[in-house]
Amino acid sequence: MKTFPVGGVHPPENKLTAESAIQYLPLPLSVSIPVTQHIGAPANVIVNKGDYVKTGQLIAENKGFISAKTHSSVSGKVNKIDTIIDSTGFKQNAVFIDVEGDEWVSTIDRSTEIVTEIKLPREEIIQKCLDSGIVGLGGATFPSHVKLTIPAGKKCDILIINGVECEPYLTSDHRLMLERGEEILTGITILMKALQVTRAMIGIENNKQDAISHLTSLATAFQGITVHALKVKYPQGAEKQLIKALIKREVPPGRLPLDVNAIVHNVGTAFAVYEAVQKNKPLFERVVTVTGKLVTKPGNFFVRTGTPVSRLIDAAGGVPEDTGKIVSGGPMMGKSLSNLDIPVVKGTSGIILFPKSESERMESYPCIRCAKCVSACPMNLEPYLLMSLSEKGMFEKAEAERISDCMECGSCSFTCPAGRPLLDYIRLGKTTVIKIARDRAIKK
Amino acid sequence: MSNLLYVSPSPHAHAPDTTRKLMFGVIIALLPALFSSIFYFGYGAIIVTSTSVISCLLFEYLIQRFIFKKPVTITDGSAIVTGLLLAFNLPSNIPVFIIIFGSFVSIAIAKMTFGGLGNNPFNPALVGRVFMLISFPVQMTSWPLPSGFSTGYTDAVTGATPLAIIKEGLKNGDSISQLVTQIPTPAQMFLGNMGGSMGEVAAVALLLGLIWLLAKKIITWHIPVSVIGSLVIFTGILWLINPEQNANPMFHLLAGGVLLGAIFMATDYVTSPMNPKSMIIYGCGIGILTVIIRVWGAYPEGVSFAILIMNAFVPLMNAYIKPRRFGKEVKNG
Repeated sequence: MKTFPVGGVHPPENKLTAESAIQYLPLPLSVSIPVTQHIGAPANVIVNKGDYVKTGQLIAENKGFISAKTHSSVSGKVNKIDTIIDSTGFKQNAVFIDVEGDEWVSTIDRSTEIVTEIKLPREEIIQKCLDSGIVGLGGATFPSHVKLTIPAGKKCDILIINGVECEPYLTSDHRLMLERGEEILTGITILMKALQVTRAMIGIENNKQDAISHLTSLATAFQGITVHALKVKYPQGAEKQLIKALIKREVPPGRLPLDVNAIVHNVGTAFAVYEAVQKNKPLFERVVTVTGKLVTKPGNFFVRTGTPVSRLIDAAGGVPEDTGKIVSGGPMMGKSLSNLDIPVVKGTSGIILFPKSESERMESYPCIRCAKCVSACPMNLEPYLLMSLSEKGMFEKAEAERISDCMECGSCSFTCPAGRPLLDYIRLGKTTVIKIARDRAIKK
Repeated sequence: MSNLLYVSPSPHAHAPDTTRKLMFGVIIALLPALFSSIFYFGYGAIIVTSTSVISCLLFEYLIQRFIFKKPVTITDGSAIVTGLLLAFNLPSNIPVFIIIFGSFVSIAIAKMTFGGLGNNPFNPALVGRVFMLISFPVQMTSWPLPSGFSTGYTDAVTGATPLAIIKEGLKNGDSISQLVTQIPTPAQMFLGNMGGSMGEVAAVALLLGLIWLLAKKIITWHIPVSVIGSLVIFTGILWLINPEQNANPMFHLLAGGVLLGAIFMATDYVTSPMNPKSMIIYGCGIGILTVIIRVWGAYPEGVSFAILIMNAFVPLMNAYIKPRRFGKEVKNG
């Protein structure tokens, strides 16, 4: 079975919600929709306090090409436009809306009928992705229309669909593949048309046998789409590792998948593209897994963006007594939340509640040079070395040791028997090195 | 919610491994060899091992408590491993004060002067052992023959190790076929029924330890395989050239400290290289140096020296031999 050859770890899978069908979360009383839910230039708010907005109505315009639009996820009155603290811990603008009913923009096709025939031409598909605020739903939230626009001189010969979901606990992509398989495959066909490729490969880890067989049987009705089982290993869902596992190409440091003629999209994105292109529905809703060992009713939910995390946790049975940490995303790369008013955004794949016993970091001891971090690093870096270089402020050396190749998967910190905060220091070094490189470029 | 939440950067999960678990994993791997040494050397094995382990722990405690004035970490198991490995490298009738002296050199000089666990360039147990060998050559090379509990601590019958028999014999002009009657059979050597350091004699016990270390992923195969492989190939070539002047690879593998060294000493985390490529070079260096010392050197045995010499190259290897980074030197697909 295929997998990436170098590094990787095997955290306990804990996929507690793999059997739970996706439920629709009841609408909250109010939402706070962060204006910028993507990577790139922040969007500009185009509504004012007191405006009445409908579900799916545009509330923030993209600024420039590498940016994305944001839509209202509910209908109701704009209460205020104010700053909130989002899951990154930084402040940003958000539109606060008091929910009144659920009146959708009339152009959205709300029927459940699956439309497989693709009418729109290539350019209009890309425009539709831009207009619908589609971003990568694997977590990076990179605007999809940018990825679909192949720059002159580059070519793409294969589309890779990421159904790996290698983070422990999370099952949102898994459930979506099981319950919205045909829509996803139609979405993939739309993406193939936009990219003008004839081949698409879906990579799914082997712990999701049901999804593999389901999509494999559905894919026979679609041209050029194949499903591939992958050996379970974290971080297989990382773009470069997935490309290596599936088509044996290695994306060079600092380059994009397009440099090896491939484009990667997440299954969730494929579903969002289907809804945008076939149903005219902007991206204002996504599947979120709410889980944890002590959570009484863990599950997968269709959640409107802007819904406070507390609302989601209530639906899963509330915060258990012994909870010590709440993480947005997976346990390996997710962000721990400082409060529960933080809203769900396009990139929120899961909310995990950890018991106190799993919340505190273990004490850090001296490095015993066991080299486990070196063998765990999927980029074949030397985390122990990068950590001490960052610690000592030797950033030039750290740059030469390719600290900026680190994708922050956390395998090194996960595996370190001495409990050393390897990734913390590598992050510090990496951001400093990037800053130094930028200053150097400006000087030239 | 009444309690505050923990907030920290990712990852929010950690593997079950800890330094202590790894060290106790090594100790478990050393148990078969400990039992075999008690089986063959009786009271002597018990006295030497306990003296060595207790004095290593004591020196580490005293230095951390009164000189470093830092939290005492003797429970991490690393001093126990050093104590066991030092004992395994000694004859079972060695006087107690020499063991304490060796433990002091191992812990105080080879380990703590560099800052303690993780910072020492040379394997502490081997530094202690070599120091003792040079300071007390007579006591360090009188090897009791296996007699179990039938003899006491100091009255065991001593004899030469198989390696010493071959070395002396060849020097006196004998050929291998003349000497072969004086050395134990391969089966005896495999089970450990011969004179030698307490822990090194029983190949079977050491191999059990290796299986445990590999199965528990405490070590990788690179170092033991490259030490053993290079030693077998090198001695194999010499043996094929002149089987009357060179012992066969099987003999070299089973006699002396090759297995103990390859499995437990060369794989010491702190003093071995950090990536697989360097580990193989390091292992081959140990194998080749061992053969050179055994065949052409003054000592019949060379594993300790070979490992210490290669330890010295580890920082250099870590600085200049780099893993092949992902995506480097790959042309666009």
